[in-house]
Amino acid sequence: MSTGSLRWFKYASPASFFPLAGKLVPWFAVPAALLAAAGLYLGLVVAPTDAQQGDAYRIIFIHVPAAWMSMFIYVVMAFWSAIALSFNARLSGMMAQALAPTGALFTFIALWTGSLWGRPAWGTYWAWDARMTSELILLFLYFGYLALRGAIADARRADRAGAVLVLVGVVNIPIIYFSVKWWNTLHQGATVSLTAAPKMAAIMLSAMLIMTFATWFYAIAITLVRVRAIILEREGKSGWAGELAGAVQ
Amino acid sequence: MNEATLQASLADDSAWSGVAWALARDLKLALRSKAELGVQLLFYVIVVSLFPLGVGPEPGILRTLGPGVLWVAALLASLLALPRLFAADFADGTLEQIALAPYPLPALIAGKILAHWLATGAPLVALSPLLAMQFGLGGEETTILAVGLLLGTPTLSLLGAIGAALTLGVRTGGALLALLILPLYVPILIFGAGAVEALRAGLASGGELSILAAALLAAVVGAPLACAAAVRIALD
Repeated sequence: MSTGSLRWFKYASPASFFPLAGKLVPWFAVPAALLAAAGLYLGLVVAPTDAQQGDAYRIIFIHVPAAWMSMFIYVVMAFWSAIALSFNARLSGMMAQALAPTGALFTFIALWTGSLWGRPAWGTYWAWDARMTSELILLFLYFGYLALRGAIADARRADRAGAVLVLVGVVNIPIIYFSVKWWNTLHQGATVSLTAAPKMAAIMLSAMLIMTFATWFYAIAITLVRVRAIILEREGKSGWAGELAGAVQ
Repeated sequence: MNEATLQASLADDSAWSGVAWALARDLKLALRSKAELGVQLLFYVIVVSLFPLGVGPEPGILRTLGPGVLWVAALLASLLALPRLFAADFADGTLEQIALAPYPLPALIAGKILAHWLATGAPLVALSPLLAMQFGLGGEETTILAVGLLLGTPTLSLLGAIGAALTLGVRTGGALLALLILPLYVPILIFGAGAVEALRAGLASGGELSILAAALLAAVVGAPLACAAAVRIALD
């Protein structure tokens, strides 16, 4: 094995990842706060009122980034789960565990804001449309993962059982994403697309993209904070964590 | 199984003989507890029969609700039957011996799942035309519904087996299993009930049935592997 790959795998050890994560947190937390402030200012103050939907449309600056993150975080969990299962890596299981509450939170926010937007736009808080239903199922998948982890006392076993569940559940993500095309129902088609020209005003689009980056940075920062807590919780009895606790006191 | 046939079957440790061995063993065990199988089937009949009592005997409403009710009841019946797939073998240590057997574990598990479907899913499919008649479904609708159940319920058993293996030895087994598995059942429910809806809308329901068949093929390939991984995790 070359020295390059040795250095790469160094941070797969919780003991060496712990200080690295600590150093990285501010680099993600501060941009998250700045981007959120800028995005909300652009979205809520600068962007013009929509001709058809009035001010109600402004909820998309929260709703759309939250919905994207809710699906993306599940895919990232599946990535870490696959690594945890195939290499039996402790840190990967911890990453999946640390991501899950944030993913569930974003799913809930997407459902909540979507429901609030649906009332003025569609005249109903809830419609059994494909995308909303899929998002609800995604929330159940997150809850199932958290409940399975909660029910298994041994953390390593919970890592691997959860990893199998996430990998089975990730089959659901494409169904969510393509459900608009599959079951063409009440929900409008995707507004932002990489292939077609955007149907939004440039200012709205930029506000939404800034908010998207804000949620990205927030998710990374909070996951790093959480994974540090998980590392300390699980490695508390090992030498390096004891030394660290001694140094802090 | 006597000693000679056991030796003979162990000599040939290919995947297919593993499937056949587990299938024969689990079917024999299932047929020894016929009362339990009857109770599973009665659960399905009772859940379906409760719906007319809940929503009223109006034939138009019942005919509209029929396919969905039969599918939801099939999902619940499948869920109810799942713990018996591994729980007894896990409790008395047989599952550990199965995992140590010379056959590939996914093959043995595939055999167990097939036996489980034949014991719990197939009778449900066979009974469904009778229940469909109670809901006033027409002949063609009943056929599509039964074909859908025939293609869909094995997928339910295959997906459910993963959840049953993941929750082995877990404190809140039953309720947790529902939370893990029912979300994964949703696409099967949508396309299964959708096949009858498509027929009613004057469309061909071949598309929905093809998707159910595709899901079954994907589950046949993937689920035994995932299930074997989950069983090995539970046995650690």
